[in-house]
Amino acid sequence: MIKIENLHKSYPIGKESLHVLKGIDLHIKEGEFVSIMGSSGSGKSTLLNIVGLLDVHDEGNYFLNGQLIKDMNEKKAALLRNKFLGFIFQSFNLISYKTAVENVALPLYYKGISRKERLEIALDYLDKVGLKDWAEHLPNELSGGQKQRVAIARALVTKPKVVLADEPTGALDSTTTDSVMDLLKDINDEGMTVFVITHEEEVAEQTKRIVRLKDGRIISDELTKASKAV
Amino acid sequence: MFDLDRWREIFQSINKNRLRSVMSGFTVAFAILLFTLLFGVANGLGNFFKGAFADDAQNSMFVRVWKTSKPYKGLQTGRRVQLRNDDYNFVADEYEDKIQYQSARIYKNFSIKYKSEANTYNIRAVNPDHQFLEKTIIDDGRYLNERDLKEKSKVLVIGRLIKKDLFGEKVALGKRVNVNGSSFLVIGVFSDEGGDNEERIAYMPVTTAQSMYGNNDYISQINLGYNPNLSTDAAIAFGKKMERELRKRMDIHPDDQSALSVRNMAEANKFISTVMLALTLIIGFIGSGTLIAGIIGISNIMIFVIKERTKEFGIRKALGAKPSSIVGMVVQESVLITTLAGYAGLTLGTYILSLIGNSLEEDYFIKDPSVGSGIVIGATVILIISGLIAGYLPAKKAANIKPIEALRAD
Ligand SMILES: Nc1ncnc2c1ncn2[C@@H]1O[C@H](COP(=O)(O)OP(=O)(O)OP(=O)(O)O)[C@@H](O)[C@H]1O
Ligand SMILES: [Mg+2]
Repeated sequence: MIKIENLHKSYPIGKESLHVLKGIDLHIKEGEFVSIMGSSGSGKSTLLNIVGLLDVHDEGNYFLNGQLIKDMNEKKAALLRNKFLGFIFQSFNLISYKTAVENVALPLYYKGISRKERLEIALDYLDKVGLKDWAEHLPNELSGGQKQRVAIARALVTKPKVVLADEPTGALDSTTTDSVMDLLKDINDEGMTVFVITHEEEVAEQTKRIVRLKDGRIISDELTKASKAV
Repeated sequence: MFDLDRWREIFQSINKNRLRSVMSGFTVAFAILLFTLLFGVANGLGNFFKGAFADDAQNSMFVRVWKTSKPYKGLQTGRRVQLRNDDYNFVADEYEDKIQYQSARIYKNFSIKYKSEANTYNIRAVNPDHQFLEKTIIDDGRYLNERDLKEKSKVLVIGRLIKKDLFGEKVALGKRVNVNGSSFLVIGVFSDEGGDNEERIAYMPVTTAQSMYGNNDYISQINLGYNPNLSTDAAIAFGKKMERELRKRMDIHPDDQSALSVRNMAEANKFISTVMLALTLIIGFIGSGTLIAGIIGISNIMIFVIKERTKEFGIRKALGAKPSSIVGMVVQESVLITTLAGYAGLTLGTYILSLIGNSLEEDYFIKDPSVGSGIVIGATVILIISGLIAGYLPAKKAANIKPIEALRAD
C-alpha cells in the first residue's frame, strides 16, 4: 500500500536547510495498523504529511497503492487524497461554521455525491462513532473527544484505503483516548490501513506494529504483542 | 454552469460569516451609492442649465429697443427708439441665409370677454413663424398663417389658461370673443412649456394689430431664429453684426446698449456648453475616483477574507478539494456579494435621487437629478469584474499553497 525508499526531506530555514528525514525506508502493506513513535522534532509529522500528499519529499521514491508519487500537481494530489486517504489531525481541523454532519459530508461533496445521499452517508458514520444525536451541532458545541470522533467519521466517510492520524489522541484524556483507539481498531479490522503518530506507549501498544524514529532515521521497527495475539 | 451544491456552499459561507460579507458588501454598496448620487446631482445641474433655456427655441435671438442713452449725430439722449416694418424687412432681406424663422412682436394688454366672463390678458401680435420661436404647442385648431396676416383677419390663438378662464370645460374653438371692443374668432388653443404666464397669452396677426390700434407700422420687438447650420461662433458674430447695422440704420450710437440690443441665445449656448464640459470632466473625475476607491476596498477585504480562510482551504484540500474548486468558490462568492451590494447601492441611490426630485431646483440649481441606466450598469459591471479579479488573484494564490502550510495557518 505504502512503499517508501530512501526518502529525504529538508526544510529551508533562511539560507540554511534543516535536514529532517535522512533516508527513510518503510513498507506498509494493506490492512496494517502501524504507529510511529519518536521524540519531538524527530520528523514523524513530516513523514506522515508526505505520505498523505500534504507535503512533498526531496529525494527517494514514494509509491502509494503502487503509483509512483512524483511531480504531483495540486489537482492530481487532491484527487488521490479524496480517493485513497483519510486524515485525522491532533487539532481536529473541523470547519467551524459547518455542523457535525456537514463536516462529515464534505469529502463526499468533493467526490461529487448528491447532497441528500451524502448527508445520509454522513449520518451513518456519525452513528458509527456514537454521535448521531450531535449531528446538527457546530464544532464549538462539542467536547474534544466528540470533535475527534467527528473528524474520524469524516476521515472514514469516503472509505479510504489508508487512514493517517497525527497524534489523534494528543488532546484527549485517557477515557476518550480509549474510545478513539477502539474506533481505529474497528477500522483496521474492517481492512483499512491505519497509520498513527503517537507519543503514548499505551496507544502504540494497541497498534500492531511500532516504527521508532530518531533524528530523521528509523531506529526500530517491530510487531507488538497485540499483533501476535491475533 | 449552475451548480446547486456550489451555491449552497457559498450561501452557507456568506450566511455563517455575516460580518465579513456585510463588510465587503457595504464597501461596494457605498461606492455605488456615492457614484449614483454624484452622477445624479451632476446630471441634475446639467438638466437645470439646459432646462433654464428650454422654453424658447435654442437658436432664438431678440432685437429689442428702448431709449437712447448716448447722444449721436446731434440727436439728444432719451430719444425713444421705434422699430418699424422697414426694419423688419431689412433684417429679412439682409440676412436671409442666416435666418430660419422671423417674427415681429407687438405687446398689447387688453380685456378679452366671452359671454359673462372677462379678464385682462397680455396679447402678442406676431407672424406665423412665432410659433416655432416660442415653441408654442397647438392643442386644438391652428396657429396664425400668412393668409391671416394678409387679410388682417380678426383671429385669436388663445393660451390654455385663457380658455380655462373664459370657457371652462366648453369648446372655445370657433367661438367669438370680444377683444377691447371688437369681435375676434378663436382659431386655436395652445400650451407652452414656459409655465403659466406663457399660457395666459393670446396671439393675433401683427398686421391686424397695426391697423386696428393706431394704424401705423410700429413693432415692439423682432424675434429671430438663426439658421441652425450656423456654428455657435458664427451665430454670435451674426448677432453682433446685425446689432451694429441696425444701430447705424437708426442713427444710434454704436455702443448704445440701452437703445437697441440683440439678445442672442448662441451666447448662452456657448456658456452652457462650456459649463457642461467642465461638469462632465468633474463628473468623470469624481465618478472614476469613487469607483477606484470601491475597487480598492473590495480588493483589500478579499485579501483579508482569504487570509482568514487559508486554514479552511487547507482542510478542504486535505479532504480532496481541487484548487480550481476553491478559486471558483471564492470568486463566485465575491461576485455574488459585489453584484447584490452594487444593486442595493444603486437602488438606494436612485431612490434618494427620486426623493430629491426637483426640490433642490430653486436653491441649488439641481433639476431632476437622475442617472442613465447605461452608466450605472457600466459601473456595476466594472465593480463585478473587479470583484472577480479581487477574489481571483488572492484565491488563486491561497489555493496553490501546499495544504500542509495552509493547515498550519491560523
Ligand atoms: N515548515 C517547516 N519549516 C521549517 N522547519 C520545519 C517545518 N516543519 C517542520 N519543521 C522542522 O522539522 C523538524 C521535524 O518536525 P516534525 O513536525 O516532523 O516533528 P515531529 O516528530 O512531528 O515532532 P512533534 O512530536 O513535536 O510533533 C522539526 O525540527 C521542525 O522544527
Ligand atoms: Mg508532529
